[in-house]
Amino acid sequence: MNPALVQQLIDSAYIVATVFFILSIKWLSSPTTARRGVLVGEIAAALAVIATLSNPELTQYKWIVISLIIGAAVGIPLGMVQMTAVPQRTALSHAFGALSAAMIGIAEYYVGVGHLTRFGMGEIGLEVIIGSLTFTGSVIAAGKLQEILPQRPIVYKGQNIVSLSVLAGALLLAVALVVNPSNSVLFPIMVVVALLFGVLLVTPIGGADMPTVISLLNSYAGFSAALLGFVLNSKVLVVAGALDGSSGFILSVIMCKAMNRSFTNVMFGAFGQVQTSSAAAEEARTVRSASAEEAAGILAAASKVAIVPGYGMAVAQAQHKVRELYDALTKRGVDVRFGIHPVAGRMPGHMNVLLAEADIPYDRLIEMDDMNSDLPQTDVALIIGANDVTNPAARSDTSSPIYGMPILDVDKARTVMVIKRSMNPGFAGIDNPLYYFDKTLMLFGDAKGFVGDIVRELGGTNSH
Amino acid sequence: MPSDFLSNLYVFILAGFVGFELIKRVSPLLHTPLMSLTNALDAIVVIAAIIIAGRHETRLSTILGLIAVAASFSNMVGGFFITDRMLRMFKTGKQPKKP
Repeated sequence: MNPALVQQLIDSAYIVATVFFILSIKWLSSPTTARRGVLVGEIAAALAVIATLSNPELTQYKWIVISLIIGAAVGIPLGMVQMTAVPQRTALSHAFGALSAAMIGIAEYYVGVGHLTRFGMGEIGLEVIIGSLTFTGSVIAAGKLQEILPQRPIVYKGQNIVSLSVLAGALLLAVALVVNPSNSVLFPIMVVVALLFGVLLVTPIGGADMPTVISLLNSYAGFSAALLGFVLNSKVLVVAGALDGSSGFILSVIMCKAMNRSFTNVMFGAFGQVQTSSAAAEEARTVRSASAEEAAGILAAASKVAIVPGYGMAVAQAQHKVRELYDALTKRGVDVRFGIHPVAGRMPGHMNVLLAEADIPYDRLIEMDDMNSDLPQTDVALIIGANDVTNPAARSDTSSPIYGMPILDVDKARTVMVIKRSMNPGFAGIDNPLYYFDKTLMLFGDAKGFVGDIVRELGGTNSH
Repeated sequence: MPSDFLSNLYVFILAGFVGFELIKRVSPLLHTPLMSLTNALDAIVVIAAIIIAGRHETRLSTILGLIAVAASFSNMVGGFFITDRMLRMFKTGKQPKKP
């Protein structure tokens, strides 16, 4: 075939792929059309890959096919992980995406060195810096989520100054390369400094901030792909990168709002390290506790129940017991809904996926704002493995570290029940006054075991 | 400024707006699948990796290209796979319970 015609066909395939990418995200907006969105995305990706493989510029195929097979062999098991492990899988995929963007940028530099324009050098430099720091940052985030690395923020004095100097160093090296693009000694140093900055960027950030960090890394990975599109003059990369980048950016904004934090605060604040407050309020406050039998009685007598799950529920592997509880109560005619805080779980939307996996219908999963307008008419709020997102101090106590954070107003429900192992404070180490309210019943025990006991009690009284 | 840069910038800005408008509408219910799907779409960098590896210009560029092919293709395959797996779990209460 005429090479010009082949090139036109390839370009047309890319245009179709670009349109399909946009449709793919459009259809993802609702659970009823979402799977169609995945299908068009897959068609687009396949089309683009096949078109690329028919590019006449390619001179060898053997190693490409081997690499594709290796990629698939790594990708498929990573697509089969448990739902609790999805955050670390996602962090790892940000790392892979950023790695490949950085690798291509580096290759472009060495292929083009000697005849690079200053402008081209600037694009490559920026692309490689973002790709490299996203790679190491994402690897650290994945390590923290997988609990290979410590979850708590690792901080030292003068940290922000050190980190920012390293970033400034990488940018200065990029500027030096723009001034003289053929100074190929500087290029690998710039890459190493950018890699180091990625490590410094994520290491001080604690586990509680992971939903924001993952979203932010998502955004960086997207923008590095878009920049690569600029370097290679490939519109399909620019579009895919812009979509991914804006998605990550919007999710980071949502996560920040849900925790009432600013970007700078997440990046430089090292949340959850100092817990000096509330020690003064250590007067003898009493809590009321209840047994599974009493809890079952209260739940069975209710007409509206709101369950507020937190990541503790997933840690205790209690999702399936919660589903049994949902079934048992629904069978008795109790209206059961789940109040989902945006930062419940370890990445945006994680709690919904965990509950969907346990076969809980998604129309029962209610966003925070809708749930809050309904909680005053709710008989029982049952909190399982959640803490800070239910803390009324966030509304009233200006001295609380979480003051201003939007919460689920469970204290507005007529009765509050909290399943908790002990009175130890939560992830962020903040005391929760909710536990000392008169209407609050503490259900002490392991989430899975306790919910199981309640289900047994409900089943038992039913059969009599 | 090179004209290529300007035309890419147009595309970038327009795609950014489209992305912003579309993603704002995605239900928070599906934010996890959204992230894994955009990740899979972003893995389209595999096409650039294939070109770099396949042109076989220098040994270094070929090796870097091949690493990039494997890394991005694993995202593409794994990303679509896990997104679809997650979406299959989302069911309404109205549908018949387990067959």
